[in-house]
Amino acid sequence: MDLTRRALLKAQAAAAAAAAANVALPAKAQNIATGEDLHLQWSKAPCRFCGTGCGVMVAVKDGRVVATHGDMQAEVNRGLNCVKGYFLSKIMYGSDRLTQPLMRMKNGQFAKDGEFQPVSWERAFDEMASQWKRVLKERGPEAVGMFGSGQWTMWEGYAASKLMRAGFRSNNLDPNARHCMASAAVTFIRTFGMDEPMGCYDDFENADAFVLWGSNMAEMHPILWTRVTDRRLSHPHVKIATLSTYEHRTTDLSDMTLIFKPGSDLAILNYIANYIIRNGAVNRDFVEKHCNFRLANTDIGYGLRPEHVLEQRAQHANDAQVSQAASFEDYAKLMSEYTVEKASDLSGIPKERLEALARLYADPKTKVMSLWTMGFNQHVRGVWANHMVYNLHLLTGKIAEPGNSPFSLTGQPSACGTAREVGTFSHRLPADMQVTNPEHRKHAEEIWKLPHGLLPDKVGYHAVQQDRMLKDGKLNAYWIMVNNNLQTAPNTNNETYPGYRNPANFVVVSDAYPTVTAMAADLILPAAMWVEKEGSYGNAERRTHFWHQLVNAPGEARSDLWQLMEFSKRFTTDEVWPAQILDANPDYKGKNLFDVLFKNGAVDRFPLSELDPAYENHESKAFGFYVQKGLFEEYAGFGRGHGHDYAPFDMYHEARGLRWPVVNGQETRWRYREGYDPYVEKGSGVQFYGNPDKKANIMGAPYEPPAESPDAEYDLWLVTGRVLEHWHSGSMTLRVPELYKAFPGAVVFMHPDDAAKRHLRRGQEVRVVSRRGEIRSRVETRGRNRVPPGLIFVPFFDASQLINKVTLDATDPISKQTDFKKCAVKVVAAAMADAGEQP
Amino acid sequence: MRRSIFAALLAFGPCLAAGAILAQDAPRLRGPDPFSKEIPAPPMQRQVTDDLRVMRNYPDQPPVIPHAIEGYAVDLNANKCMSCHARKFTEQSQAPMISVTHYQDRAGNTLGGLSPRRYLCVSCHVPQTTAKPLVENTFADMDALTEPERQPARGRN
Repeated sequence: MDLTRRALLKAQAAAAAAAAANVALPAKAQNIATGEDLHLQWSKAPCRFCGTGCGVMVAVKDGRVVATHGDMQAEVNRGLNCVKGYFLSKIMYGSDRLTQPLMRMKNGQFAKDGEFQPVSWERAFDEMASQWKRVLKERGPEAVGMFGSGQWTMWEGYAASKLMRAGFRSNNLDPNARHCMASAAVTFIRTFGMDEPMGCYDDFENADAFVLWGSNMAEMHPILWTRVTDRRLSHPHVKIATLSTYEHRTTDLSDMTLIFKPGSDLAILNYIANYIIRNGAVNRDFVEKHCNFRLANTDIGYGLRPEHVLEQRAQHANDAQVSQAASFEDYAKLMSEYTVEKASDLSGIPKERLEALARLYADPKTKVMSLWTMGFNQHVRGVWANHMVYNLHLLTGKIAEPGNSPFSLTGQPSACGTAREVGTFSHRLPADMQVTNPEHRKHAEEIWKLPHGLLPDKVGYHAVQQDRMLKDGKLNAYWIMVNNNLQTAPNTNNETYPGYRNPANFVVVSDAYPTVTAMAADLILPAAMWVEKEGSYGNAERRTHFWHQLVNAPGEARSDLWQLMEFSKRFTTDEVWPAQILDANPDYKGKNLFDVLFKNGAVDRFPLSELDPAYENHESKAFGFYVQKGLFEEYAGFGRGHGHDYAPFDMYHEARGLRWPVVNGQETRWRYREGYDPYVEKGSGVQFYGNPDKKANIMGAPYEPPAESPDAEYDLWLVTGRVLEHWHSGSMTLRVPELYKAFPGAVVFMHPDDAAKRHLRRGQEVRVVSRRGEIRSRVETRGRNRVPPGLIFVPFFDASQLINKVTLDATDPISKQTDFKKCAVKVVAAAMADAGEQP
Repeated sequence: MRRSIFAALLAFGPCLAAGAILAQDAPRLRGPDPFSKEIPAPPMQRQVTDDLRVMRNYPDQPPVIPHAIEGYAVDLNANKCMSCHARKFTEQSQAPMISVTHYQDRAGNTLGGLSPRRYLCVSCHVPQTTAKPLVENTFADMDALTEPERQPARGRN
């Protein structure tokens, strides 16, 4: 190698001299690498970022990722990536990667008020286990909790679910996906009896109209947006209608832009339903055969702490999820209140525009794809908003066929795969099963080979409730994995941070980088990320995809899977299960938790010889069996045979992902429709078979106002969200210089008139203040987002401007998902504030 | 300046100081210390407008934009980027022509112009500001792995 290099160096000098003398030299002497030096080892992997699930080809050389590009063979993106995806090569190489466990110590002992010191994994797990055992003994299973993620690989989420529910007997397990798409997930179950979309991305090439409800796809789902723009610009009859609370890059490419007042989307949706009913556009045959009508409980509160006046005042804060069977006439009567005038008054959108939008849905010849993400889901009436858009598609029968598709987009790479399918929510088990259903628990106990009656039946603490319970000292041993909740939860200064630093609590954070959350923990565990481990994600169109471990994690960083399984070895059944269950099942007495959960004859049934010899697999070699395959195959047993079928494990390492249900090796593109979905009975046409009567629910609900609206003092709406270049809290993208330099800090997007009214210039430092807290930021009156007067937009990626100190911890009372899009703030000049003056 | 930040970081513990923090506004990564403190917002950064090409990290990396794009219309009526980067305008503009890949549709057929799926340029090509990276990135160039002693100095950082 050295000789070659020297030879090339000489050749380079010769080439330079030759060029100067205008002499041509033979090709092998040119200034280029040749032979071995050119070889890169390419492997497939899904992108690490959003829920789109783009395929990426990853090049490895000398144990390092050196290049990535969009996978031409990946159906999702066919060779394209967004700017974040193109820079995946650099996300693992921030020089502040965590490579050793760090624990807060004083005098060689753990101390809540100590400084972080490097410790061994042995020492870290010793302390952690003793804290867990203390809390379990003193406070019981309900004082133990875990906050996971839609970025966990599926087997990581599955292992976490087993460890928490079966090991520690606690359902206090929730993913950060709660902040992201709980409203979507809950409404799928309420409407269709089964989670996740009926359609898929193929709808993009079949729709005549795209209606975006509060979604800025151009920035947040850029590759799906390429499929929308491709369709729109290639087929002139295609229309894009975008509803939003401000203008942005998506509205730039929309035929219709409808800017509505925050929260009034509910009234617009109901108006469209009313238009469909009044104009005879209801598909009577479809509705009679395939739909039931229900009316939701109303006046359901805002998911705040129970003592909050808004909860006290609400009639149905405690039974928000309840609905009553109704008739079409009952539903039509409720909808009849939503005239175009009322919708226009509430939303601020001119009547003609609302009518034009309604016609898209009402026209039987126009195939409509509705798309939404955080605009609907992060909404105090997010479940209702999701229902209302399904209502439109169900009333017109525009559903579950190519191009007619209500489609919920997701924000995380495995929000569907890990959070929803595996079931890492505080109320869920795998394959849409519920912890409160005794039959479901029994089934899980059977598959997991565990004693009957072991699994807890009480719904655990959801994300926001976990923060409240940490603060209140009721949740005391807490493990956070793959997320940065102290930056991304709502009202953090009052409701999240106090719980992390509460002396009664021991908080562990597993992450690849020192995040805001990690810095507030008691113990930081260094995590392997992305292609440093074998993984699996499930994207927004039910596509499950796998990747191999391509490089080793730095230092002592270990995958979450290894961490969860290794930690389980610290416990015996006697320490964590009640004597009553052990007495009734003496075979389980004194067993190691690892043996009961993971060496159970199922998870450990695939030997190391089944590993692909071309790839490393740290976890399998550490535990002595093909861990990922064993976990996946055990888990797949939950869904096979009843509509959640996965393909055999090995198929996924070959395919560019497959959309479940995968039956006889065939994926399913459109569910519930005969001819596409093998679960639909012959001759029935359509069957929403998730519900016992195979019908979908049309749910009537009214408009209700947001939890907090601007007033004389706090006179602006605050909307928070993402920007293209940064993903969520920015812990990966801020460490890629090109992405950082493209959008280096958060700003306050503000209308120029609002700035002028407050005597603010572009670039001026301001305070953004709510009743909860404040941040300092800079005014931006230009750029990609154009907000209307009375509203500001602030992205949340910048840890030096923690906008979630300002947001309100109001949630949808049904889904428990936070509304990050609507609260009241004021903006004042920072200098004035320093001088103690009031605006 | 760099030394004092290093010293501040040492307070967190030896391990966290291992990663070199380059810029002053490190709270952008880890938040204020303590969390509840309010800290000033750094000034907004100027755009890079020197029109100098920046070496790609690997062949498939979309080149960054070395000029300002403030106010560029990319909508249903016009695509301002193409008024310089379209094949037919490159001679007068001396701007690089859009990549040949940009002529291909989803099925891989080559079209006569910019593929509609590539219409929104800024999904992949982003301008840069003069902000200094918050933390060093140790990504290694594939050429540097095979020819470590023969690497050109990277341009501006």
